[in-house]
Amino acid sequence: MIRKTVWIVGLFTAVMVATLLLSAGSPGSSAKAPEPATAEVKVDNFSFGPATLTVTVGTTVSWTNRDDIPHTIVSTEKVFKSKVLDTDEKFSFTFTKAGSYPYFCSIHPKMTGSVVVQ
Amino acid sequence: MAKKNKDEILHDHNNDGIDRRGFLKCMAWAGTGALCVMEGGILKSYSLSRLGEISAREMAGELSFVQISDSHMGFNKPANPDVAGTLKSAVEKINGLSKPPEFMLHTGDISHLSKPEEFDTVDQILKSASAKDVFFVPGEHDVLNDDGKSYLERYGKNAKGAGWYSFDKKGVHFIGLVNVMNLKAGGLGTLGHEQLEWIEDDVKHLKHSTPIVVFAHIPLWSVYPEWGWGTEDSAQALAYLKKFGSVTVLNGHIHQIMQKVEGNVTFHTAASTAFPQPQPGKADSPGPMKVPAEQLKSVLGITDVNYVQGRNALAVVDSTLA
Repeated sequence: MIRKTVWIVGLFTAVMVATLLLSAGSPGSSAKAPEPATAEVKVDNFSFGPATLTVTVGTTVSWTNRDDIPHTIVSTEKVFKSKVLDTDEKFSFTFTKAGSYPYFCSIHPKMTGSVVVQ
Repeated sequence: MAKKNKDEILHDHNNDGIDRRGFLKCMAWAGTGALCVMEGGILKSYSLSRLGEISAREMAGELSFVQISDSHMGFNKPANPDVAGTLKSAVEKINGLSKPPEFMLHTGDISHLSKPEEFDTVDQILKSASAKDVFFVPGEHDVLNDDGKSYLERYGKNAKGAGWYSFDKKGVHFIGLVNVMNLKAGGLGTLGHEQLEWIEDDVKHLKHSTPIVVFAHIPLWSVYPEWGWGTEDSAQALAYLKKFGSVTVLNGHIHQIMQKVEGNVTFHTAASTAFPQPQPGKADSPGPMKVPAEQLKSVLGITDVNYVQGRNALAVVDSTLA
């Protein structure tokens, strides 16, 4: 009997959570979720611009390769790693923790940059 | 004869040292049909009418092979929208050499994006070359997606580590090296500890008189570190080769002909078969250099190498595809 009650409560909680999640995610929701922050790094002329980018926690940073030669975006501390980006291909990563994130192009390692998350 | 060879540039290093001013003058002629010959440590230039005569005398060696480099199959940007076409021209050039080469070396960047179909196309085009055997080393463009696994499956069946190996031909010892793996942020090309140990061991048993040919993608000398044109630990590799009387180092990567002589070591970079790159520091970046379409073939090329027994250095001849 006791076990059955617990199960009902458990089910009720699960339904509540699901309902909350759905309402938060629906476009018509009145919840005031902040606009997701984004930032761009230019990959051009075998360099990253800006070489050091400062963003707030939660920002999604995008790199688009504008060169005629492929590049990669690889975190020096193995936090993120893009596939090979040919001309006009893009890589994005969302930074959820504050800190400094140095990165480089693993094909042309003289190309280095850094994202500072505050 | 002279007409046929008019686009050849001959560098023949039989001694130490190089006349830098003369060399630069020679470099400035590259691609315009000039001829430069190194004789007894002195750089000499010859009129084109004498080229046939000189080629016949200088080039009759025991071993003849060709180096091609940087085919970048798959590249399709304005600097060269038809890299398959220019690779075919390179093969025609090889097939037209007065002394057929015994084999070819490809010093990397076979493909542009490491795609199987890019490697397939190169393999197919090279099949029509008079020289059937091709010895490859990878460029950074050949090992993009899987740490070089698919490159090794295709080209490195008998190789060690990331694809290094050695072999002997007519008394010359060839060493193919890999300096495009595990590149570190801010750094240059890298051979790595394991490969360096292998080199030391590989040459240990050789006589000092054995001519050595080392081939690798990124230059094993410091061409222009600002653009990554050099190899971090090449000095260690060269230290193992100090005892040898003749060492020829053949590289690619920088898509232009460049040469340097240091003691018994001759360093040489080959032209690309795909597109040229700017001279060190002469552009904002080392990206592909666009030239007028009618000039493209004059800045692409192949390298013909000849070994004559009893002579100190190998003769290295660059020919443009024009």
